[in-house]
Amino acid sequence: MQQGLQSCEGCGLLSRPAPGENEGRCPRCDEELAFRKPASYQRTWAYLAAAAICYIPANVLPVLTTTTPSGTESDTILQGVVLLWSPTGWPLSLIVLFASIMIPSAKILALAYLLITAQRGSVANNEQRIQMYRMVDFIGRWSMVDVFVDTFTAALIQLQPLMSVEPGPGLIFFAAVVVFTMLAVESFDPRLIWDSVSQKEADSKEVAYA
Amino acid sequence: MVHNEAYNQPVADASLIACLHCDLLQRMPELKPGASARCPRCNKELWRHRVDSLNRTLALTLAAAVLYVVANTVPMLGLTIVGREASTTVIGGALHLWDNGQQIVGMLVMFTAVVAPALQIGLMLAIVLGAMRARPPGWVGTLLRRHPTTRIWSMIEVMMVGVLVALVKIADYATVVPGMALFVLWVLVFILAGMSASFDSREVWERIQWVDKAQRDTGDSLAERTS
Repeated sequence: MQQGLQSCEGCGLLSRPAPGENEGRCPRCDEELAFRKPASYQRTWAYLAAAAICYIPANVLPVLTTTTPSGTESDTILQGVVLLWSPTGWPLSLIVLFASIMIPSAKILALAYLLITAQRGSVANNEQRIQMYRMVDFIGRWSMVDVFVDTFTAALIQLQPLMSVEPGPGLIFFAAVVVFTMLAVESFDPRLIWDSVSQKEADSKEVAYA
Repeated sequence: MVHNEAYNQPVADASLIACLHCDLLQRMPELKPGASARCPRCNKELWRHRVDSLNRTLALTLAAAVLYVVANTVPMLGLTIVGREASTTVIGGALHLWDNGQQIVGMLVMFTAVVAPALQIGLMLAIVLGAMRARPPGWVGTLLRRHPTTRIWSMIEVMMVGVLVALVKIADYATVVPGMALFVLWVLVFILAGMSASFDSREVWERIQWVDKAQRDTGDSLAERTS
């Protein structure tokens, strides 16, 4: 960016916009180019706020409703984790606990931290911060596990009048948390983490040449 | 939003790149097949020169396509309880959500477990076949540019963990009957991982026909240099 060059997120080609222009198209793959992802801070914050709001009903409302002749019972995500806990089922219970409760909240906190430090122009811990971004990017999809668990449990246990399981109102909020956090990661530009460092290096070079 | 129609001017030195994770300007070294290059500042893998990329990817993509069709046509899970039986396919799971007032989640499951994997496999097949020509045409680039998105949203491996948990849950109430698709899907998870790992996008980009025909000469000389 300091050299006025743009690299293409589609194909990786490095190119220079026409004189006086701030953006153009990649001559190799036709992608619209910009120095940084457009409105990265605003869009990431917006998706993150939406995810944080949905996180509350996702955990408070039931995701599964079980109907048996003896009555109807509703389970939230956390109750599902507890139900799954048994001498043989505890590893899976832990998987659900991690994927459904810890990963989404950790993702929201981690992205908020990355946004705040980048916006304040921090130059410290850049290696750790980019590592954190890659971790969030890699692990995010795994939160979908609970959506699939509930989908297939509900699809299979249809044994009226013996027993039937239906998806609950919390499921859509939970799915929304997963989708919003994934979109937040996509709209965050990791190069923002490094901009202050690059600027500092460029400045110090200018001083050295002067 | 203003859409700029002007094409950028490529830098004269084709080995010059900027890291997509930290924007550090650097020169991509010539790599032997099997070797990889990382960004010296942020440690992002910039390029791994895959061995025999197109042939291997084609083989794995064809295998994935066959497995995908099987996985979505035969039952995945079944159960028996006091003489009653039930079974479902992947699509059946999504349809059940749709029928029970959860249309949006149903669509999400349909998209991540059925549509996105199909796009991931189908686009990859088209890309590889197009890239096998001496000079890959422009549409290969159009598809290749979009391919990472299908990979992000294709969640078969996540679904398989979900199915495993559902199996254990159901086993408390009924006898679970694993269907044929369950085993096929597990194999598909590994084939898809192999498909992505054997594909070398940089190799294709270096040979591709450029959109901006005025810059074509640069591209042609580059193709000759790398072939």
